[in-house]
Amino acid sequence: MGAGHSHALYVHEHSPVHRLAPEAKIVAVFGIVASIAITPRQAVWAFGLYAIVVAGLATISRLSPGFVALRLLAIAPFVLFAFFIPFIATGETTEIGGVSVSVEGLWGMWNVLAKATLGASVSIVLTATTEVPDIIRGLSALRIPALFIAIATFMVRYLELIVDELGRMRMAMSSRGYDPRWISQARPIASSAGALFVRSYERGERVHAAMLSRGFNGAMPALDHGRADAGEWAAAFVVTACAALISAIAFLTL
Amino acid sequence: MHAPDGFLNAGTAMATGALSMGTVTMALRQAKHQLQDKLVPLAGITAAFVFAAQMFNFPVAAGTTGHLLGGALAAILLGPSVGAIVVTIVVIIQALAFADGGLTALGYNVLNMAVIPAYGGYAVFRLCRRGFPKTTGGVMSAVGLAGWSSVVMSSVAFSIEWLFGATAPVAFDDVLFAMVGVHILIGTGEGVISALAVGAVLASRPDLVHGASDLDRRQLADTRVTTRTFVIGGILVSLVFAAVVSQFAVDNPDGLERVAQDTGIVSSASDHALADSLFADYATGGIANESLSLAVAGVVGALVTLAVAAGILLAMRDKRGRDPTHTTMNG
Repeated sequence: MGAGHSHALYVHEHSPVHRLAPEAKIVAVFGIVASIAITPRQAVWAFGLYAIVVAGLATISRLSPGFVALRLLAIAPFVLFAFFIPFIATGETTEIGGVSVSVEGLWGMWNVLAKATLGASVSIVLTATTEVPDIIRGLSALRIPALFIAIATFMVRYLELIVDELGRMRMAMSSRGYDPRWISQARPIASSAGALFVRSYERGERVHAAMLSRGFNGAMPALDHGRADAGEWAAAFVVTACAALISAIAFLTL
Repeated sequence: MHAPDGFLNAGTAMATGALSMGTVTMALRQAKHQLQDKLVPLAGITAAFVFAAQMFNFPVAAGTTGHLLGGALAAILLGPSVGAIVVTIVVIIQALAFADGGLTALGYNVLNMAVIPAYGGYAVFRLCRRGFPKTTGGVMSAVGLAGWSSVVMSSVAFSIEWLFGATAPVAFDDVLFAMVGVHILIGTGEGVISALAVGAVLASRPDLVHGASDLDRRQLADTRVTTRTFVIGGILVSLVFAAVVSQFAVDNPDGLERVAQDTGIVSSASDHALADSLFADYATGGIANESLSLAVAGVVGALVTLAVAAGILLAMRDKRGRDPTHTTMNG
């Protein structure tokens, strides 16, 4: 479900959203997604407004609707589950096209569909406008514990390399005619997973030795991140406030 | 498994978030003790490995494929604390940098995909190691069972979170049986691949397998277990569990049908706005046989919690017994 993309979703463009400091962007994205997630589902109009906000953000970021739609496929398994809810949910039922479905279930389906789609779209705007190292820098500026940041930095730095290694192993296997169809044929895949682990671990040990030889004493140097200026925080605040306002009105009118 | 935003309600998201944050903070402290200044490069690069390992598509049957989740595998290879951290970082970076899984769903995604598989899987592994022979085959069988049960525990945890945070009135027992049923099958693949992967590591660098650090080379040189043995073993275990689960189902025969006719359960429309906030009372409202379902939830919940707690305790005990400079420098 979550597999299959090591490449970042970054889209190279020059837009105000691309230029915004990552820490401001991360705060804004969390603000918007949290507002969407807590909005009562009966406020259908609110989700319409959120959609306009998200579409606006995507347009300012110069992302095409097709791009966002394609990336949304990642939530497909849960969307599929959502379509089952009206049929398995309990409670009052209604007839749609001769099939009896649960009213509460329909609301449940709407709730999952609307929130998952909007939430994922906002995340897509973030990942498409921010390079992965910048996201880590943003997290660091937001005072996420340094140990966590350091490990995440290493992961991001070596991810492409390890994934490339995996790609080469796969190519070597398929060029030798390996085409498994049943799980009993999976041993070579598992062995290469084991081999990849050994190579990754040994690389970690070599990197550690290299760090020691360059004077590493257990403390990681702080990441240099530019501070977001007042204007950038204001921009992030305005967008978050819009979403929070929609959510507040939705609560008050129901 | 990467749940999107809005799948469970806000209260559950926050509660699981707090739980995950607490566990991971504790794990970070222990991992720091275990690996000291090696922690950052080793955990970072093995996190990249777990990310890559989730891209290993393995065949399931006739052209369909599955992929590793890797929680139990990471815990057995690296120790439960480092394993939990590594998978947590993978899940968080997937959500933030790859738009995979909701940002407000991070609490339960980390709990279900990192904390429970790592600690719960490790506890099952250690339990199995006690009964199994001290050989490569014994270790691999324990890994297989741990990998399989980590996936099943994860699905049980999700069902219990649904009990508290359902966003639709789908009865808890329906969710539990559907989730566990599917994951008993998915877990077979996880178990087989994890076991064989650990087998491959044992063959080349046995010192890197944290969960087998008590064995010496002579014990590890013993016997190999064939893929077929594993598949047959996995299917047998699945069958046993399917039988156990269906026993519960038989005790509660017409749950779905009965509830479908019960229309008086759902409360009036006026309190829906509130029902969406914090802990909705859906799952108890939607349950067919309330006491039985809650009993089932209690029992399976207690079992998973017990396993995770055992994993955490083992992780704490390990740090005393283990020399952090034990692994050899190789380069």
